Amino acid sequence: MKRELNITVNGESYNFFVEPKTLLVHVLREMLGFTGTHQACDSSSCAACTVIVDGKAVKSCSILALQVNGKEVTTVEGLADGANLHPIQQAFIDNWAFQCGFCTSGQIMAAKAFLDENPNPTREEIQMQMDGHICRCTGHNMINEAIRDAAKRLQSREAAKKLPAQKNLQSHKWAQTAKSGKGA
Amino acid sequence: MKTITTDFEYLPATTVEEALDMLSQHKDDDYKIIAGGQSLCTAMKHRLIAPEYLIDIKGLTDLDYIKFDEKEGLKIGALATHRSLEKSQIVREKYSVLCEMEENVASVETRNWGTVVGDLCNADPAVDPAPPLIVLDAKLKIQSKGEERTVAAEEFALDFFETTVQEGEMVTEIQIPVIPPNTGVYFTKYSQMLGDYALGSVAVLITLDKKKEVCANARIGLAGVDSAPVRAKKAEEVLKGKKITEALLAEAAEVVKTEINPVSGIEGSEDYKRELAGTLLKRVGKVALERAQKA
Ligand SMILES: Cc1cc2nc3c(=O)[nH]c(=O)nc-3n(C[C@H](O)[C@H](O)[C@H](O)COP(=O)(O)OP(=O)(O)OC[C@H]3O[C@@H](n4cnc5c(N)ncnc54)[C@H](O)[C@@H]3O)c2cc1C
Ligand code: FES
Ligand code: FES
Repeated sequence: MKRELNITVNGESYNFFVEPKTLLVHVLREMLGFTGTHQACDSSSCAACTVIVDGKAVKSCSILALQVNGKEVTTVEGLADGANLHPIQQAFIDNWAFQCGFCTSGQIMAAKAFLDENPNPTREEIQMQMDGHICRCTGHNMINEAIRDAAKRLQSREAAKKLPAQKNLQSHKWAQTAKSGKGA
Repeated sequence: MKTITTDFEYLPATTVEEALDMLSQHKDDDYKIIAGGQSLCTAMKHRLIAPEYLIDIKGLTDLDYIKFDEKEGLKIGALATHRSLEKSQIVREKYSVLCEMEENVASVETRNWGTVVGDLCNADPAVDPAPPLIVLDAKLKIQSKGEERTVAAEEFALDFFETTVQEGEMVTEIQIPVIPPNTGVYFTKYSQMLGDYALGSVAVLITLDKKKEVCANARIGLAGVDSAPVRAKKAEEVLKGKKITEALLAEAAEVVKTEINPVSGIEGSEDYKRELAGTLLKRVGKVALERAQKA
C-alpha cells in the first residue's frame, strides 16, 4: 500500500505517495528527476549515491524513502547559485578531480557536508572522511587536493562576507596603495 | 540494478511504547525491525530476506541518546548512530576506545545513518563495537511489551547473524559501567581496506594494582575469528595477578589461539586468522598496558 511522503529537496517541498519499498535514490532520480545523484554499486559500497539529509551525508541507495519523511534533502543540483557553480564544484574542475564524473556528485556532496562541519581540514582528515568513496578513474589525490582548495575558497568567501562592503573596498584600496608604495 | 523487489507492510513507530505494541501484535508474523536499514536494506536487495512487515524504529527519538553519569556510567540508546558515538565529547573523554573504534567502522555515510545497536543486532561475526563492549563489561537492555531483561555483551550474539533477541523483543539500550581507576583499554582491527569489516579484531582492558605493577584484572574480546564475537577468558587468566611483560603477552597470545574457532574464507585461512588474533593481542595488550600505567 502506498504511503504519503513529504520531503524538501533543494529547498522545494514535494508531497506524493510511494510504495514503502522505494529507496531514496529512486525518488530523487526517477520521481523527481534529480539524476545528478548517481547509482553505481547499489549496495552501500561505493558512495556514488551520496546526498545530504538534514546536514549529514548519507547513501541514498540504502535508505527507504519513507524514512526521510519530513526531512530536508540536498542533491548536487542544489549547490550552484544560478549559473555560478558552488566553490566545491569549481575546485573539482580546476583541480582535475574527475574524469568520467560518475563518482563526482557523491564526492562533492560528501565534501560539502564535511566542510560545513570542518571548514579547515587536514589532508589526513579528508582521507578519513572520504574513504568510503570509490573513484575508478581519477585517483584520490586530486580529489583530496580539490577539497583542500575548496576549503580555502569557502574560507575566503566567508571572510569577504564578514567585512562590510565599503570597508572591504577601502582595505582593498589601502592594500593597493601600500603595494605600490613599496615598489616606489 | 539492485533494489528491494518484494512489498511489505510498513509500520513506523514514534515511541518505544508504540514499537513494543507493534512487536507484540506481530510476534507470530514474518516481520523485521528496521533502524537505519544499512544492513537490512542490503539483505532485502540481495533477497536474503523478504519480510511481510517492517517495523520502523528510526523515528524513536526517545531512544536517540548518549548519556553519562559518574555512578551509572554510559548509556547508549538504540537509535544512537555510529557517528554520534564517534563525535560525542563525553565518550571521547571517558571511553576514548569507543571513538577510536568508530573511526574505522564502514564509511562516514553509513555511520551517519546506521546505529550501533543495529550493527550488534545484525550480528556479523566481525562486528566492530562488540570487542570493546565486551571488555568494558557492557550490557544490552532488551525489552518486550511489559518485560525487560539485560544480557552481557559477550552473550548477546549466538552465531553467524543470530542473537539472543526473541520474537516480540527489541534492544533499547547499551549500558557501560564506569571504567575503574588504573585501567587502560585499546582496540584494533585488521582489515584489507579502511572501513571494511575486520578479518580479525581484538580489544584488551588491563587494570593494574594500586602500585601499578601487577595486573589486577584483564579482559580480552575478539571479533571476526569465530562464528560470533568472543571473550577469551583463558588468555585473561594468563595475565591476571602478574607483572605484564612482552613475554607474558606472547604467552597469552598462544592461549588465545586455542580459544577461538575461525572459519577459512577467501580473505584468510583458519590458521592465518589464529595467527592474526595472537599478533593483534600482543600489540593491543601493549598499548592497553601503557594506557593503564598512564591512567
Ligand atoms: C558498506 C558497509 C560497510 C560496513 N562496515 C562495517 C564495519 O567495518 N564494521 C562494523 O561493525 N559494521 C560495518 N557495517 C555494518 C553497519 O555498521 C551496520 O549496517 C549498521 O550499523 C546497522 O545499523 P542500522 O541502524 O542501519 O540497522 P538495520 O540495518 O536497520 O538493522 C540491522 C539488523 O538489526 C536489527 N535491529 C536493528 N535495531 C534493532 C533493535 N533495536 N532491536 C532489535 N533488532 C534490531 C534489524 O532487524 C536487522 O536485522 C558496514 C555496513 C556497510 C553497508
Ligand atoms: S550506489 Fe549507493 S553506495 Fe554505491
Ligand atoms: S571520475 Fe570516474 S569514477 Fe570517479
